[in-house]
Amino acid sequence: MREVAAECANPALLFSGGKDSIVMLRLAEKAFRPDPFPFPLLHIDTGHNFPEVMTFRDRRVDELGERLIVGSMEESIRRGRVVLAEPGESRNAHQSITLLDTIAEHKFDALFGGARRDEEKSRAKERIFSHRDAWGQWDPKNQRPECWSLFNTRLKPNEHLRVFPISNWTELDVWQYIAREQLEVPTIYLAHEREVVERGKLLMPVTAVTPPREGERVVRRRVRFRTVGDMTCTCPVASNAATLDEVVLETAAVRVTERGATRLDDQTAEASMELRKKEGYF
Amino acid sequence: MSAEVTSLTTSIDTLRFSTAGSVDDGKSTLIGRLLFDAQGILEDQLAILKGATIKHGHVDAGEPIDFSLLTDGLIAEREQGITIDVAYRYFTSAKRRFIIADTPGHEQYTRNMVTGASTAHLTIILVDATRGLTMQSRRHAAIAGLLKIPHVVVAINKMDLVGYAEDTFVRLRGEFAPFLAQLAFVEVTFIPVSALKGEMLANRGTSMAWFKGQTLLETLETTQAHQAVEQPFRFAVQRVARSKFGEKSDLRGYQGRLDGGALAVGEDVVVLPSMAQAKIHSIQTYAGPITRANAGEAVTIVLDRQIDVSRGDMLVKPSVGGHGGVGLGTAPVVADRFVADLCWLDTTPLDLNRRYWIKHTTRSTRAVVESIAYRLNVETLDKTVETLPKIQANDIARVTVVCQRPLVFDAYADNRATGCFILIDDTTNRTVAAGMIHGANK
Repeated sequence: MREVAAECANPALLFSGGKDSIVMLRLAEKAFRPDPFPFPLLHIDTGHNFPEVMTFRDRRVDELGERLIVGSMEESIRRGRVVLAEPGESRNAHQSITLLDTIAEHKFDALFGGARRDEEKSRAKERIFSHRDAWGQWDPKNQRPECWSLFNTRLKPNEHLRVFPISNWTELDVWQYIAREQLEVPTIYLAHEREVVERGKLLMPVTAVTPPREGERVVRRRVRFRTVGDMTCTCPVASNAATLDEVVLETAAVRVTERGATRLDDQTAEASMELRKKEGYF
Repeated sequence: MSAEVTSLTTSIDTLRFSTAGSVDDGKSTLIGRLLFDAQGILEDQLAILKGATIKHGHVDAGEPIDFSLLTDGLIAEREQGITIDVAYRYFTSAKRRFIIADTPGHEQYTRNMVTGASTAHLTIILVDATRGLTMQSRRHAAIAGLLKIPHVVVAINKMDLVGYAEDTFVRLRGEFAPFLAQLAFVEVTFIPVSALKGEMLANRGTSMAWFKGQTLLETLETTQAHQAVEQPFRFAVQRVARSKFGEKSDLRGYQGRLDGGALAVGEDVVVLPSMAQAKIHSIQTYAGPITRANAGEAVTIVLDRQIDVSRGDMLVKPSVGGHGGVGLGTAPVVADRFVADLCWLDTTPLDLNRRYWIKHTTRSTRAVVESIAYRLNVETLDKTVETLPKIQANDIARVTVVCQRPLVFDAYADNRATGCFILIDDTTNRTVAAGMIHGANK
């Protein structure tokens, strides 16, 4: 983080209110306090985020006294930059357009992200300092060699870097760190009662944007979220883990990956993430 | 936090290891199988793997899962049946956490190997028992030696295809050991394995009762991850804090990481290259001031007086009775010219007429490669002296580098962090070389 702050002209830190970006904020505090962060926080809001997470996001930003920039997908849709095939379609994959427009508008040359290599196989091949061309594209065949702790931050106009400081952390590392540092997380990360429908192997939360389909039975279950992305593609898991310590224990014993248990968007094709990343996705 | 949670992983350390080998050595199968046997593959990953095996797999009869597909993740890789780039994998055993850098072994071999192995404690060299030693086995060992990776495991794989014959293992070990001995590793371990059958990885199996050594997993669990070598204090200034410190709020804080040694409040330091001197006023962290910082820690150092310090400068301790800045003893070298081993990583060859950017610690400046002493033949370790040498991708050469501004460095053998550098092409912005400093040019 200090290296980016020293070498890049205009960085920003992606903060969604999710667990990985909560860790990122603590790391930024450790890197820079008592200074203010030498970059703003940035959130790409699909308009379909869990309200608990948005409340948490705004409160955390206030507590830190830092500046938050929001790139709004509703705005992209209004301006015709994003066109949905049907109104109910998941907005997840379309975020890239809002993200790239926001990068261009603010002339960001580096974005910190909380992505981890253990999440997904195309992430597993991505550098810590990941170069994106003027179209925001990741080119897996043409990555810069990354040796020791020497990071090449040189860019041409309109190019930018995505920087992933916790690349080598696992889901368990993240929860252990949150528990150790006693970091607050949005309440939906801990076990709570919620209306869901069973869809395949997944539990689909019943929300305004994800109503039950015809013939589906709504049931109340004790659940928690392992990830808190867009509401239309993020599913909770059955859980009784109501404290951070219990989440750590449950994570250590888990036998299904984070994305496999919770994400609809990665289940359509074996390589969905790779394709999205080539389009400029996080 | 409960004791149970604390003991989960915080009490165990992490070993970073890399693997390399050509496609046919069974490297991906070895990693996939090791992860599977160590319960490092989760149920949904296994289900995907089984599906992929039916679709793309190449399996021998009786093995329902093609483990090599676990590490070959990208669409282009599966289409072409190759591995494009370094992939990182994570697993935890009862004794340790592991970070694997899985480096592909055909094209761009040196590039991937240097990326994957530059921070490794251990590297696994795969040798196919049916084919014996190859150019790649030697190349891998030579690069691991240059990078000063302390531990090497030679896994003689596909033992199932040679009837688990002890004499094959002994013969290959005998052929490879003298070559490895020239590279000064801390430890070299030979293990016969069958990645396909899962023998001598996490489980011993029953076919090689003649082998009395540790399994691969046992070796990974017991290898010493950190050398307890006392290094002199090194602190490259990464960033100057905006906040001011001290009673009168007139003192600046310098952010960075200790790349060696330890530091306590009140100690004297020298700023290089300016040679200005100061005392440590305080050491700041997010959790408040501390009185002492150790190697590897990232801190903010506050000096007791206002002197000119900026990013790229290095704080060191004054050498006792030394002659300041000369020699590679406790004081680092301050010089604009040095001799180094260069791994060329780019498809465009080294050009002696070109100016490159050099990045070393936190300092960037212009540099030229003034001359080439020799090119290293990685198969024989011979030093090839040519009249008009051409250094291209995957070549390793001993060169003299001249910089626009002086660097503050140690020999790579003494301190990896202050002895390594990269070269960047100023037109393409590509990282074209990784270098390891041998010493100042006399």
